[in-house]
Amino acid sequence: MLGFGILSGLLVLPLIGAAFILTLRGDSEAARANARWIALATTVLTFLLSLVAWSRFDSASSAFQLVESHAWLTDTIRFKLGVDGFSMPFILLTTFLMPFCIVASWESISHRVKEYFVAFLVLEMTMIGVFAALDLVLFYLFFEAGLIPMFLIIGIWGGKRRIYASFKFFLYTLLGSVLMLLAIMAMYWAAGTTDIPTLLKFKFAANLQTWLWLAFFASFAVKMPMWPVHTWLPDAHVEAPTAGSVILAAILLKMGGYGFIRVSLPMFPDASVYFAPLVYSLSVIAIVYTSLVALVQQDMKKLIAYSSVAHMGFVTMGLFSMNPQGIQGAMFQMVSHGLVSGALFLCVGVVYDRLHTREISAYGGLVERMPFYAVAFLIFTMANVGLPGTSGFVGEFLTLIGAFRSNPWVAFFAASGVILSAAYALWLYRRVVYGALTKPSLQTMTDLTGREMLTLVPLVLLVIYYGVQPGPILDTFAAPTNALMQGYQAALETVKTAAVAAH
Amino acid sequence: MNTALVFPALGPALPEIILAAGALILVLFGAFRGERSAGAMNGVALVLLALAFVALLMLPSGRMETMSGSFVVDSFAKFMKALTLIASAGGVILSIDYMRREGINRFEYPILIILCTIGMLMVISANDLIALYLGLELLSLSSYVIAAFDRDNVRSTEAGLKYFVLGALSSGMLLYGASLVYGFTGSVSFPTIAASLHGTVSNGLIFGLVFVAAGIAFKISAVPFHMWTPDVYEGSPTPVTAFFAAAPKMAGMAMATRVFVYAFPGILGQWQQIIVFISIASMVLGSFAAIGQRNLKRLMAYSSIGNVGYALIGLATGTPEGVQGVAIYMAIYLAMTLGSFAVILGLRRGNVMFEKIEDLSGIARTHPVLAFCLAMMMFSLAGIPPLAGFFAKFAVFNAAIKANLVTLAVIGVVTSVVGAYYYLRIVKVMYFDEPAERYDAMPAGVKLVLALSSVFVVLYVLVPAPLNAAAAAAARSLF
Repeated sequence: MLGFGILSGLLVLPLIGAAFILTLRGDSEAARANARWIALATTVLTFLLSLVAWSRFDSASSAFQLVESHAWLTDTIRFKLGVDGFSMPFILLTTFLMPFCIVASWESISHRVKEYFVAFLVLEMTMIGVFAALDLVLFYLFFEAGLIPMFLIIGIWGGKRRIYASFKFFLYTLLGSVLMLLAIMAMYWAAGTTDIPTLLKFKFAANLQTWLWLAFFASFAVKMPMWPVHTWLPDAHVEAPTAGSVILAAILLKMGGYGFIRVSLPMFPDASVYFAPLVYSLSVIAIVYTSLVALVQQDMKKLIAYSSVAHMGFVTMGLFSMNPQGIQGAMFQMVSHGLVSGALFLCVGVVYDRLHTREISAYGGLVERMPFYAVAFLIFTMANVGLPGTSGFVGEFLTLIGAFRSNPWVAFFAASGVILSAAYALWLYRRVVYGALTKPSLQTMTDLTGREMLTLVPLVLLVIYYGVQPGPILDTFAAPTNALMQGYQAALETVKTAAVAAH
Repeated sequence: MNTALVFPALGPALPEIILAAGALILVLFGAFRGERSAGAMNGVALVLLALAFVALLMLPSGRMETMSGSFVVDSFAKFMKALTLIASAGGVILSIDYMRREGINRFEYPILIILCTIGMLMVISANDLIALYLGLELLSLSSYVIAAFDRDNVRSTEAGLKYFVLGALSSGMLLYGASLVYGFTGSVSFPTIAASLHGTVSNGLIFGLVFVAAGIAFKISAVPFHMWTPDVYEGSPTPVTAFFAAAPKMAGMAMATRVFVYAFPGILGQWQQIIVFISIASMVLGSFAAIGQRNLKRLMAYSSIGNVGYALIGLATGTPEGVQGVAIYMAIYLAMTLGSFAVILGLRRGNVMFEKIEDLSGIARTHPVLAFCLAMMMFSLAGIPPLAGFFAKFAVFNAAIKANLVTLAVIGVVTSVVGAYYYLRIVKVMYFDEPAERYDAMPAGVKLVLALSSVFVVLYVLVPAPLNAAAAAAARSLF
C-alpha cells in the first residue's frame, strides 16, 4: 500500500479518530458520548494494531525492524520509521495506556469534550512518533509537537494554576529542546545525514561529542526530568487533569530516558563516559533530595510527582552505569514506572472525582468506605516502593546492581533513596486510607465503580505479572543492549588506557 | 558603437511591463469612472497580478539580463517575485471588504498596490545600484501613500508621515552609500563591483557598504532601524499593515541578499559582522519588546522585526544554504503573516474593528475554526514543529551551523523561546479565557486567504521537498 507500513498506520489511526470527532456537530450530550466512544474505539484499535506490530517483531534481533522510509525534507533527511527492542516496549506502553486515559476522562471531563479527545489523540500520535522515528529531525519533530496538545490539555482542563503550569511546562521543555535542534544540525553537517541507523555507526570527533552530548542533555534532562531542572513537573502534574498526569508521568517522561538510550549513549560514547560522574551526581541528588521533598508534600499529586523525579533518578543512574544490568534495569524501570505512576495518578483521580480536592489532610480512613480502592492503591504503593513481587522491584534492583558494579558509593546513596521512598509512599497511604473515618465529607464516599475497576484491574495484574515474570520485557531489551555494550567497550577501553597513561 | 540605439529585450521584464501598462490603464479608467469603479478595480488589479504571475512562470529558465545589464532575471529573482506577487494579491484581497466598510474604497488603492509591486519586482531584479534605487523609491513612495490611505484618520496620516520622513532619510543614506561604493569601485553594476573586490579594500568602500546596509535595514525594519515599524503598523489601515508586513519584506530581503551575496562576495568578512549584529539585535528586540504589547498589530510589528532577524541569519552565512534558508524563511513567513492578519481582520462587530489581544478572549468557543487557525499561526511563528514555521527556522539555523556561526544560532534559538512566550499568550487568551460576544462572519476574501495560509502552515510538513528544491535552485543562481 504505497510502501506505508504498520508504523505509519499507528501514526495515522489516532489522527483519523481525531478527524471523526471533529466532524461531530454541536455540543449535545449525544455528541459528547459519540466523541468518547470514538476516542475509545480509536485508542483500542491503535492498541490492537500495535499488538500486530509486536507480533511481527523479532525481539532476538538488535536490528531495526518494520522499517519504512519515505522521501521528505531532503535526500538525507527522510521520513523514516522503525523499531528495535528499546522502542517497541514504549510504543506498546503508549498504546496500552491510552484507552485507560480515555476511560479515566469519561465523566471527569465535562466541558469542551470534543476538543479534549482530539488533543489526546493527537498527543498519542506524537508519542508513538517519538518512539518510532528513525530520523533525528523527525524525532525532534514529534518530540516537540507533543508540547502543543499537552499545553492545551493542561491549560484548558487543568486546575486553578493551570495557566502558570502550562506556560512553565511549554517554555521549560522548549528551551531544553532548541539546543538539541542545533546539535542535530551539527550532526547533520558532520555526518551528512540524520538517519539514526547511519549515525549509530558514525564516529563523531571527541570534542564535538562533548558539545553534542551537552546539547542533547539539556533537552533530555529537562524532559526526564533530572534535578535541578525538574521544577516544571510538580506544577504540570498538579494542574493537569487526571489523564494528562497519567500520560505525563507514564510516557512523556520516558522520552528523556529513551533519548539517552537512543542518541546520547550510543552516538556519543566518549562523552557519555566523560560525563557519567555528572549524571551520577545529579541522579543521586534527585533520588535523595526529591524523596525528602516528597515527604513534606500536602498534595497527593505533587507527592507522586516528586516520587517520579526520584524514580527517574534510578533510570539515569542505571543508564550511565554502562553495563547490561544497569541499562536493562533502567529500561525496565521506565516501563514499570509508566504502569505504576500512571496507575497512582488514576488512583488520585478516583478520589479527586468524588471530593474535588487532592489535599492529603482532607482524607483518612478511606478503607472503611472503599475497600477495593484500598487494595488497588496498596498494590501500586508497594510497586512504587519497589516491593519484591511487583514490577517496581525489578527495575530498582537491576539499576542498583548496575550502579554497584561501576561505583559502589553511588549505589549506596541510591539505596538510601529506596528507604525514603518507602517512607513517603507508605506514609501517604496511611494518611489517606487508614485511620479513623471521621471527616463528614468522606462519609458518603462510594467504592470503585465498574468503569474505575476496568481501568485499575488490568494495571494491577500487569504490575504483579511483571514483578514475578520480568523475562518478556528484559528479553526484548537484551539484544539492543548487547549491541550498545559492544560500542561501549571501545570507549571504556580508551578511558582506561588514558588513566593508565596518566599514572 | 550603436548598441545604445538597440531597443532592449523586453521579454525578461514582461511581468513588470504587464503591471505597469495595467496600472496606467487603471488610472485612466478610474479618472473617468470616479469612485464607482473601486469595486471593479480590485478585480482588475487581481487579474493583473495573476497575469504577471503567469508571465513570470512562463519566463525561460536560466539567467537573463536586459536593459544594458541593469535588470536581471534568475531563479532567485523568480522565486522572490513569485512570493511578492502572492503577497500583493493577498494585500488586495484582504482589503476589499475592509475598505468598503470603512468607506475608504477609493480606486487609487489597487493602483498604488500595483505600482508598489512594480517597484518591488524591480528591486528584486536590480542588477546595479541605480536600478535598485529607482525600484526602491517607487516602492517607498507608493507605500507612504497607502499608509496614510485612511486620510481622515489621525493615526493613519501620522503613520504615513512618519513612514515618509524616516523612509526619506533611509533612502538618502542608501543613496549616499551607493555613491561611495561607486566612487571607490568605479561602477554601479553588481557584477563589476564584485569583480573589483580583491584582497584588502579601502575604508571608503566599507563606509559606503555600511550606509547601504543601513538603508536596507530600514526597509526590512531590522534593528536599529526599526523604530517606524510599530507606529506605522498600528496606524495604517489593517489590510495595509498586512501588505506591509508581507510584500515589502519579500522585496527587502531579496534586495539585501542580492546586494550582499552577489555584489560584495569578496568582503564577506566585513559585511557579515554587520548582518550578524542586526540579526541578533532584531531577534532580541523582536522577542523581548513584543512581550509587553497589548495591540495585535503592534505585536505583529515586533514579531515581524524578530522574523527579519531570523531570516537575516541565513543571509549572514553568505553561503548557498544560507540563501536557500532566506528563501524558505520568507515563503513560510509570508503564509504565516497573511494568515495572522486575516484573523485580525475577522475581529469585527458591526462597524467596530477590534485589535487588542484581549479581544481574542475565548474565541476558541465562539469561533473554533478561526481560533484554531490563529493558534496554528502562532505555534508556527514560535517555530514549533510540525508546523511550517519550524522548517523555516530549521533552514536558517541549519545554514548557520554549517557556516560555524554557532553563537548566532544559539542566540537565535534562545530568543525564539522568549518569542514563544508571547505567541503562547495569544493561544492562552483564545483557548483558556472566557469568551466574549461573537464577531461578525468573515468576508469571503479574508476567509480564502486564511484557509489557504492555514492549509499551507499545517500541511507543509507532509510535502516540504518542493519548496526546498525551489529555494535551493534559487540560491544556486546567486553563486
